[in-house]
Amino acid sequence: MTRQRLISMLGSYGVVLALLLLVLFGWARYDYFLGFFNITSVLRYNSMFALVALGMCFVIMTGGIDLSVGSTAALGSVVAALASPQGALVGLGAGVGAGLCVGLINAILVTRLKIMPFVATLAMMLAASGTALLLADNQSVSVSYESGFTSIGQDNFLGFPIPAWIAIVAYVVGWIVLNFTSTGRGVLAVGGNEDATRLMGLPADRIKFLVYFASGGLAGLAGVILASQFGAGQPIEGVGWELFAIAAVVVGGTLLTGGVGSVGATLAGVLLLGILFNVLNFENGKGWISLSAYWQSVIRGLFLLVVVILQAKLSSRGSVAVRDY
Amino acid sequence: MPEPFDAFRIGFAMNTDSLLSMTGIDKRFAGIPALSGASFAVGRGEVHALIGQNGAGKSTLIKVLTGYYKRDAGEVVFDGKPFEVSSPQQAQASGISTIYQEINLVPYRSITENICLGREARRYGLLDWKRMHQEAEALLRRFNVRADVRRPLLEFNTATQQMVAIARAIGFSAKLVIMDEPTSSLDEREVAVLFNVIRQLKQEGVSVVFVSHKLDELYEVCDRVTIMRDGRTVKTAAMNEIDKIGLVSAMLGRAIERAEGHATAFSDRDEKKIGKVLLSAENLAINQIVQDVSFSVRSGEIAGFAGLLGAGRTETARLVFGIDRPRAGTMTFNGHNFNPHKPSDAIAAGMGFCTEDRKSEGIVPDMSVAENMMLALMPKLSKSGVIDEKAQRDIVERFIRQLGIKCSGPDQKVRELSGGNQQKVLLGRWLAMNPRLLILDEPTRGIDIGAKGEIQALIKTLADQGLAVLMISSELEEVIEGADRVFVLREGISVAEFDRDDATEDAVMSAMAHGSAPTIAEAAA
Repeated sequence: MTRQRLISMLGSYGVVLALLLLVLFGWARYDYFLGFFNITSVLRYNSMFALVALGMCFVIMTGGIDLSVGSTAALGSVVAALASPQGALVGLGAGVGAGLCVGLINAILVTRLKIMPFVATLAMMLAASGTALLLADNQSVSVSYESGFTSIGQDNFLGFPIPAWIAIVAYVVGWIVLNFTSTGRGVLAVGGNEDATRLMGLPADRIKFLVYFASGGLAGLAGVILASQFGAGQPIEGVGWELFAIAAVVVGGTLLTGGVGSVGATLAGVLLLGILFNVLNFENGKGWISLSAYWQSVIRGLFLLVVVILQAKLSSRGSVAVRDY
Repeated sequence: MPEPFDAFRIGFAMNTDSLLSMTGIDKRFAGIPALSGASFAVGRGEVHALIGQNGAGKSTLIKVLTGYYKRDAGEVVFDGKPFEVSSPQQAQASGISTIYQEINLVPYRSITENICLGREARRYGLLDWKRMHQEAEALLRRFNVRADVRRPLLEFNTATQQMVAIARAIGFSAKLVIMDEPTSSLDEREVAVLFNVIRQLKQEGVSVVFVSHKLDELYEVCDRVTIMRDGRTVKTAAMNEIDKIGLVSAMLGRAIERAEGHATAFSDRDEKKIGKVLLSAENLAINQIVQDVSFSVRSGEIAGFAGLLGAGRTETARLVFGIDRPRAGTMTFNGHNFNPHKPSDAIAAGMGFCTEDRKSEGIVPDMSVAENMMLALMPKLSKSGVIDEKAQRDIVERFIRQLGIKCSGPDQKVRELSGGNQQKVLLGRWLAMNPRLLILDEPTRGIDIGAKGEIQALIKTLADQGLAVLMISSELEEVIEGADRVFVLREGISVAEFDRDDATEDAVMSAMAHGSAPTIAEAAA
């Protein structure tokens, strides 16, 4: 059993360990790596991914997937930008609301019409992207600078970027929901064994409904930050965000088959991938090598592959115990 | 003036001992009746056994009761009130807890969560883990189970998992606890602990429905028994008024006196055609399901496995075919040691296995007759990756003719064929491999009467041509009339072997019920 525990410990803390090592590496190698400017800009930028990954994490823990988050964020940014002249809060509400609408449709498709999550959210990915382009008339939509909408993405609060605060609050709430509410435990139970969960009398469909709804809302919120940070609604942004989110969730040790997962490790996964990107940029800055964005993608892809392979190895050890009779 | 009918009603209402009464329950799946007019009644503080063969409708009845399925007709009264639930959750809230046959828990989650999910302890609106852990520990202590309740369930053995399932059910302070084969994965000591818990529950006034195929257990712990067959309730009796033979014959639907006449298409076989021993197995064991099974099959012989559900027949066949690996025991095939690691080893040695569950393990419904038949043979028929269409077509057409498969042609989709013809396609798939031994698990289940006879005649012809057949069947007449030798399995042990002449219904049923083989003299007496 001790070996088993060691393996499961590695599974849950491996990503944190890797994150620490990467930060140490960066600190030792680059002068301004742990400087205030670098830290805040990394956090400001990655908070959008963090929000999307949080929603994805809950969806994946139920054994599902949400491919629509990137388009939903783009749609959210366009809607928020269009609404921003009415006031910062109206813009915020409109962006999140647009995300919740997409989430609602996903939830209905998956739980009521029993369409496979992959297919349902793939369709919504296309639909949301098209809607964003239509609303924006195929160009970026400039936000209102008078209403204070841009401070959501660009200002600091207590010396810390506001998007980072938003992400922190979202992760704390997510952590509490997962660990200290019956709905949160139900998320893991549904992903672990949906039939058993139904037979146990838990509202499996309601739980699944909630995760898709929430994922849409979080993607919409990420879109609001996007529009606010860059001063414009971006109908063509968000491409590939869903893949980044899935990668962060998987790196965080959440099983793609559902049933096992952690909010904290997902955050660590987001930071790990984000900082890896940051480190590669610094490395380019040193001038020894010059890695193009394409090479960076290759490296991130390889990194992800290593993590997934390790995870498969670890979980196949775990399943030996399931059949031990 | 009360009418006579009212008097009956009053009499019924006065029976305050009744906790549950189900009457006239119908349930159909895609038009096929699973329950027709079934009834079931349980008294307060009673331990009531529910038994029947596979497909008798026990599980369906339980799932109707717990709201997992919606009944098509019938009445359910629970605790004095009409009972209408549409989900297991509601049934649980009304006081019915169920432990399902397959352990229905969430392996990755902790013991505490598996016990407490759905009725979590809370403080300030959030989960109170400390209290939940204490509660889980306290419940498990009743079963003498000590385990770290914070660890995920998959780290524990099956017996502990089963105990967790039971602890969960009891934790809901239920009025009725349904246990669907709770002992199938427990050893003797654990079963004793479970029985103590059942007696304890009974004293607290909780009723228990106990589904099991181990007849001895029923006598140990149950007050009454209800026997189901073909979706109907055939008998309810006090345990001390019915003996094991009575139970078995009610389950199989055979009057013990009845005998003469052939019920199957297996006419008497010419025993001269039986050759040397092809497969022999000694003391096979894997777990509680298969503990000690020995048998042999000769070329040209039909060997039959008889036994109740859960006796370990299919599990033994899986060992022979290399799907599971035995913990103990030896096998020889064609005079050589035989130790298959995987099914392809068994296939290479010359075996075929028609599984019990045609739909999920056998046919590919959307593929054609030809494709289904050729699946296993594909590697042999292809030359450097390209399938030899001509050879394939010849073989398929030969088997369609020989087996009398009724189809529009080799290209018809298998899903469009009847059950009997689907079974023939499967037979064809294995026969195309030219096997020396064919294992048939319930070869005629779910096949209409006429086609059944055809399949049986076919099996006989194949054996006459020298094929060794190991046939598992829950239909007593099929084993008795069809097999040249009958091996009776009971609770994982091969308890008796009969030659064709000695294999009478009395003798076989008695071995199924009691385990010890009755002497020939006894059977004859």
